Formats: sequence, structure tokens, C-alpha cells
Amino acid sequence: MKHLLSIADLSPTEIHSLLELTDHMVEINHRPIPKVPALRGKNVVSLFFEDSTRTRTSFDTAAKRLSADTMNFAVSSSSVNKGESLRDTVETIAAMGVDAFVIRHKSSGAPQMITRWTNASIVNAGDGWHQHPTQALLDSYTIRTGLNRRDGFDGLHIAIVGDIKHSRVARSDVQAFTALGARVTLVAPPTLLPPSIALLGGHDWPVDVSYDLDAVLPDVDVLYLLRVQRERMDDALLPSLEEYSAMYGLDARRAARLAPHALVMHPGPMNRGVEMVVDPAELPGSAILNQVTNGVAVRMAVLFTLLGSGSDLRGDA
Amino acid sequence: MSREVLSASDVRRALTRIAHEIVERNQGLEGVVLVGLQRGGVWIADALAALLAEIDPAHPVPVGTLDVSFHRDDVGLRPIVPGSVTDIPVSLGGCTVVLTDDVLYTGRTVRAALEAMNEYGRPRAVQLAVVVDRGHRELPIRPDFVGKNLPTSSEEQVSATSDGVVIR
Amino acid sequence: MTRVLITGGTVLDQTGERRADVAVDPASGRVTEVGTSLAAADGDTVLDATGCYVTPGFLDLHVHLREPGKEEAETIETGSRGAALGGFTAVVAMPNTDPAQDSVAVVDFVRAQGERAGLCEVLPSGCITVGRAGQRLAPFGELAAAGVRIFTDDGNGVQDPMLMRRALEYAGPLGITLAQHCEVAALTKGAVMHEGACCSHLGLPGWPSVAEEMMVFRDIELVRLTGVPMHFLHLSTARSVALVRAAKADGLPVTAEATPHHFTLTDEMLTGYDPLFKVNPPLRTRADIDALKAGLADGTIDAIATDHAPHAPHTKEQPLDQAPPGMLGLETALALAVTELDMPLADVVAALAWKPAAIAGAADRHGRPVAAGEPANLAVFDPAHQWTVSAAGMASKSRNTPYGGREVRGKVRHTIFRGTPVVIDGAAQR
Repeated sequence: MKHLLSIADLSPTEIHSLLELTDHMVEINHRPIPKVPALRGKNVVSLFFEDSTRTRTSFDTAAKRLSADTMNFAVSSSSVNKGESLRDTVETIAAMGVDAFVIRHKSSGAPQMITRWTNASIVNAGDGWHQHPTQALLDSYTIRTGLNRRDGFDGLHIAIVGDIKHSRVARSDVQAFTALGARVTLVAPPTLLPPSIALLGGHDWPVDVSYDLDAVLPDVDVLYLLRVQRERMDDALLPSLEEYSAMYGLDARRAARLAPHALVMHPGPMNRGVEMVVDPAELPGSAILNQVTNGVAVRMAVLFTLLGSGSDLRGDA
Repeated sequence: MSREVLSASDVRRALTRIAHEIVERNQGLEGVVLVGLQRGGVWIADALAALLAEIDPAHPVPVGTLDVSFHRDDVGLRPIVPGSVTDIPVSLGGCTVVLTDDVLYTGRTVRAALEAMNEYGRPRAVQLAVVVDRGHRELPIRPDFVGKNLPTSSEEQVSATSDGVVIR
Repeated sequence: MTRVLITGGTVLDQTGERRADVAVDPASGRVTEVGTSLAAADGDTVLDATGCYVTPGFLDLHVHLREPGKEEAETIETGSRGAALGGFTAVVAMPNTDPAQDSVAVVDFVRAQGERAGLCEVLPSGCITVGRAGQRLAPFGELAAAGVRIFTDDGNGVQDPMLMRRALEYAGPLGITLAQHCEVAALTKGAVMHEGACCSHLGLPGWPSVAEEMMVFRDIELVRLTGVPMHFLHLSTARSVALVRAAKADGLPVTAEATPHHFTLTDEMLTGYDPLFKVNPPLRTRADIDALKAGLADGTIDAIATDHAPHAPHTKEQPLDQAPPGMLGLETALALAVTELDMPLADVVAALAWKPAAIAGAADRHGRPVAAGEPANLAVFDPAHQWTVSAAGMASKSRNTPYGGREVRGKVRHTIFRGTPVVIDGAAQR
């Protein structure tokens, strides 16, 4: 494995291997000194064209726990507007000697383009509406441990609720959850679904679609809520956040109808009072903080696989 | 083409002898902790713990496991084995740690283990118990307790389990 | 007196097809003789056309030459050279230059730069609205008096239906043609590619077909209201073709063009996020390609136009949503048409030569029959010549062709512009 650009590039076996490797990383993170020398001498550079302190810090922590050297570049859009092309930016930093770039970009496909201009490994830390593969892996790991499903998600029913259309998390999660065997139902108004699902009968996504959260609620093992951004009203995608909240928000009444074992997940940051109307701390099944904790371990597993394993995960070496 | 060098009962006898040697060397089992190296050394630590309990039921010996994958100097040359995580149940500060492994070869695994163990405290002493020492050391490391010294060529592969020791 | 003698070829024009040699006088710029076995005299420049068709030179209704304003991407000279290599003896220069072609000074400059290059005739288009801003009408009368025959805000559609109605009404007596880039902008905000299955997976904002079709429909109805002719640029969808077909059946004076990329490439090409495949309107589906080909075959679509849109390499080294739309077209148009279109060669040449010449108001000198006394603007091409497209080998200053490495058939051997060979054996002469 040279890059991690999209969950679609991983076989189910590779996803399983990454999750198993994450077990090791969780154990390291529980040690009195949570640091191992595995990536000593490797240089991991975060190149964030879109600000995300949470994801950047998570990757940074992961790299440091494996003893890699880290550098952070926050590339403001203004410096790009000064005329330096994306290629120039990448080639300049790559010339300093980089083993892996962790890329966050507001444009879908940017990490894939960057693979053409450097020999370093590329980890996609979120591109536009397209993919956020480490989020999908940490979500899968959270479900795997939270529901004790080490062997896969066969028979699990996962509902992803909210702004699917603009969500790289949803695109990645759908691929990861279904690859592991889960049944996924997307719940959203048609304006927040990708156009091929909303309009063209017979789309090619491996999901069910529902417009009725209350109908889906009692049947799900995992309720995955997405952030709904306030700007969405400007494009006439929603009449109001209040209406969205009433139709698709998780309130106490809906929370009570969840199965007792069901997990509630959210990629953060949460919009309290919109998609999350209850205090998540009061939800018995809230796995939201586990997601954050697991994020570091999953990213350690990804970095180790790209930079430290020296052999394909599937190989026996 | 494989040949058996030790039978299951040979192995059993060797471990029984090693258990007695551990008690003798340490003048009892006070402060002794067994740590099996993932994955080949884990069963040995468990087997020695059971044998030690027969010898001195009054001093149960804590048993841990140690995964050295991320501490190897040849990290990447060996795959990470799922499920073989580190689990040290006690602080190792002031203890006498007996590391166990199946086959002692280049010594690099033991070197990594000595480094990995640092994070769990400063042992009073570290000793090494192996079922087979096959030679070819690349580092200044020697075992304290050996089941059998076995001259081999580096092309050969040695496996040591409770069912016996086999050379391929 | 030296002549240019084109020997051994087959003449193909709107009067039919025949084996003939063609003699051209560079001094007068006219064809002097067409016959079955013309003898070369001393000093004649003899151009071998064995296995080739000798046709009227092509006219491209839709090119972006980038001068003035973006000379790092293309100049009128380099664009003209690409045109000549593609068999074009005239090109309509789109008005989205900087400054835009909304004044006599700018269109005169563009035309003069074309004359200076001397590789093909550069016909400047004019803007429909000042600065292509969609607010006020450009000075049609002054520009028409300066020789501009075709007006468009290409790159933008004219959004305001009232303004578009006035533009047509005002244009009527001037004998000019308005050409529309059909795109309802409110439906394509931030759009990067065709709205369909691919964009859903790739996480890219979609450009729905209906955004084009609504404006095609609106403008057909405005033509019905005003009776003033209208040309539809770069149609890309099956419904657009159907709308134009129905309008023509109603006898309305509408014409349309399609680009080679819209009838050869689909939205699936964007799966690799390569900005070379980003174009506006976007690449669509297999069904749309089939409809465009059917529209070309039955004449609903009059012309093949390239929408030649050079971009400097660094601008295409941006993510898909930031890279500018557009691809090169002049040097590959004939080959893609010959290779991909299942229609008689005479119809392909019609769509490249005399039909667009009529739309551009240049039928007095381009797309003429190959006959004695006619202006000698000619293309000579070998329809069987196999070659591989190479971005590096192009005359354009830019390299943004999506066809690099593609095997195609049909290549221009010679191009005669005003009686002078500007391309001989596939090599530009100036």
C-alpha cells in the first residue's frame, strides 16, 4: 500500500488488516509511555489547505507516537492565490525530504492529483465532498469494538442521517461499512442526497434510502448523524434548521426508541440543537468520544502500514 | 524435509528443568515476573508459570506478554500478527523479569524486547529463557536458561512448540 | 508565373466528388484551373494529393485565441498555426479576451493580428453584452459596420430573458447572427462536471443537463417570437438536440454546433480527477454522445466546432474545481470526426467547411466550391492516415489535449490559404 486516498481502493481484507493493526496501536496508547520507535527517521508532513485542528492534531499525535518527525504546513488559500500552483507548493515541500504527506483540501480529488508530483506516500485527510478514509476506518473500528464485531458487520444495520450530498464522511463510511458487510440506510431530504440517488431512479450506491427517520430508528444498530451546515439554507436545500431538526434531529423522544445496544455516532463538530438535540453525554450508546480516541490509533495503523510495514498487508513477508 | 530434534516430552522435561533453574538462580520466586515475547514465547511463559506454581504454590508468578513489532530495528521485515498485543499486568520496577521465547537466533528480537520493556518500569534484573538456542548471534546477547543448544545452518528453519522442536 | 499545383487527389465539395488536379494562383489567391491531368510547368509548386481529398478549407466557429489578455496560453499567431495544421482556413475568435471584444478597437486588433500571422483568416466575434457582463447591449451596429458577423457572450449565457429578447430584436435588421452559450447559471453554481452517477461518487458539484436545455428552449421561443436567426454553441445533451430538431422542423432560423470532445468523451473520463477533461459544458453520457452523432448525421447539428480553449500548464495543475475548463481542439478535429462519426465523408466536410462558413457570414470566401475563379482556401487531407495524437507535438502554446496517445485516422496534408500553401506535408510553412 503506497497511498490511502479512498476506501474504494481497499479490499475488505485490507480494511480488516488495518483494524487488526489498530488493536496494537490502542495497546500502545494505553502504555505508561505511549510511544514506540517504529517510524524513527520518517518525515510526515501535514499539508492542510483547509483548516482542521482536530484532524491535523490527531494525525500529528499518531505520527509522534510512532516516533516519526512531523512538520505542519497550513497553506492559506491566499498564498495559493499569489500564483503558486498546487504542484509548485507540493514539489517545494517535497524537496525537503518527505516520506508521507497528510493532505486536507477543500477540492475533491486534490490528494489524487498530488500523487503525480511526488514519490512520497499520500494520506487523504479529507478532500472536498469526496473521501475521508481515516474517518471511515476509525468509525469502523469504533463499531467493531463498540458492538464486539471483530469478524465483520454482517447483519448490522447502520443508518447515516443528514447532509450526505456534501459529506466526504458519508461517501467513505458507506464504502467501508458495506465492504465489512453492513446494511446501510441513508436518511435525508432529497436535497441533501447526491443527485444520482435523489433523482435518477436506479442509482449504483449499495444503500437503501429513507426519508423517514422515525421508521428507521428502532431497527438500527448504529445511528450515524452528520453535521448539517448552516449555510445550506442559502442554497434552498433546507427551509430552516428548525424544520430539519424536527424531521431528522436526534431528540430525547427519538433516542428512547433506539435499541438498547445501538451506538450513536457523529464525526464532529456537532451542531447542538440541530442534528443533535439531546446531550450526547446522556445517551447510553454514545460512541462519539470513542471515535476521537480511536482516531489516533487508526491513523497510527495507517501511517505504520504506509511507512513501516515495508510489505503489503496481504503478504506474509 | 523436516526432522524432529526434541519430542513433546523432551520439551516438557527441558521446561521443568528451566523452572527449577529459575527458582535456584533467584533463590525463590519473590519478585519474579514472566514475560512471553509475542507470539512464540507466550506459551512458554504460561507453561513455566504452571510449573513454577507446582514448585512453589505460595508465590504465584505474574505473566505478561510483550509485542516488540514496533521496536524492531528491522521493522517492516516481519508482518504484524493480529491479536498479539502487549499485556503487562504489573509494573516491572524492581522486579526480576524472565523473558521467554521459543528460539534464540540473531538476538534482535531480544534487543527490541529490552527496549520495549523500558516503558513498563526499571526491572532489577532481566533474564532470558529459550527452548532452543540455534546460534548465529548478531548482537552481544546470551540466554540464562536454555532448553537445548542446537547448531544449525542459517538456511534452516527451527520451530519450537509444546509438541516438539523441528528443523526444516 | 509560378502556380501551386495539387495533383493526384479527389475533389470533394458541395457539388460532389471527382478525381481532379487543382491549380492555384498565389498572386490572385484564386483557383485557376481544375482538371483531370494538369501538367506542371517550370517553377510550379507541386503538392502531392495522392490518396487525399481536396476540399474547401474548414471554418471553425468556435476558438479561443487568448489574445489579447492571456498570451501565455495562446497567441493569435500560434492559434492560427494550429488552425492551419488542422485544415482550417478561417476561425471565429471568441470574445472572452481581456479586454473583451465589445469594441471596434479590440475586434480590429484581433483581425489585424490574424492578418499579420497570415495562416488563416481570423474572424472576430463580438460580445452580446458589454464586457460579457449580461447587463447592457454591446454596440452591435458599430461592430457590424466593422465587419463582425457573429455575436456571443461565450463562456456565459445571457441570463436575462428580456435582454436576450431585445438583443435579437435589435440584431434583426443588421443581418448578424447571435450565438448562445446555453447555461442557466443559477443551476450550475460551482459546477465541475456532468450531474449524474459519476459526480455523485466523485463528490463534485454537478452541471445538470437541464441547465443547458432550459436556455435552448427559451431561445428557440425567442427566435419564434422575433424571427431573428440564432446559433447554438457546443450543444452537449440529447434533449438539446431534440429541441433544435423540433425548431428546425417548425422552420425556425436556428443553427447548432457540436464539439469533437462532446461526441467522443463521457463524464466517466473524470474519474481520475484529471483537469484535462474539464470542459464547459461538461462531458456527458454515452446516450448524449449517441444523440449528438445522430444530430450531426441528420443535419440537426449543422457544424463541428472545436471550442479550442488553450490553458497554460500551471493553470491545469490545480484541483478539478479550481482548474479552468477547456481543451485544445484545432489540430485533432478532423481526425476525431473521421474516426468517430459514422456518416458519409461529404457530410463531415460539410459540417467542417461550407455549413459553418454560412453561419459565420463568410460564405463569400470560405467553404466555396473547388472551381476556377473561386477563392483558393483549401484543405487537402488523407482520410486513411493513421497517427497518434501527441500533446508535445502541437503548434498551440498550450498542451491541454485529452487525446494524447490516442490512435486516430485522418490527417491534413496541405492547407492553402488565399492561394498560398501554409501547410505542406503536415508542416506549417510560417
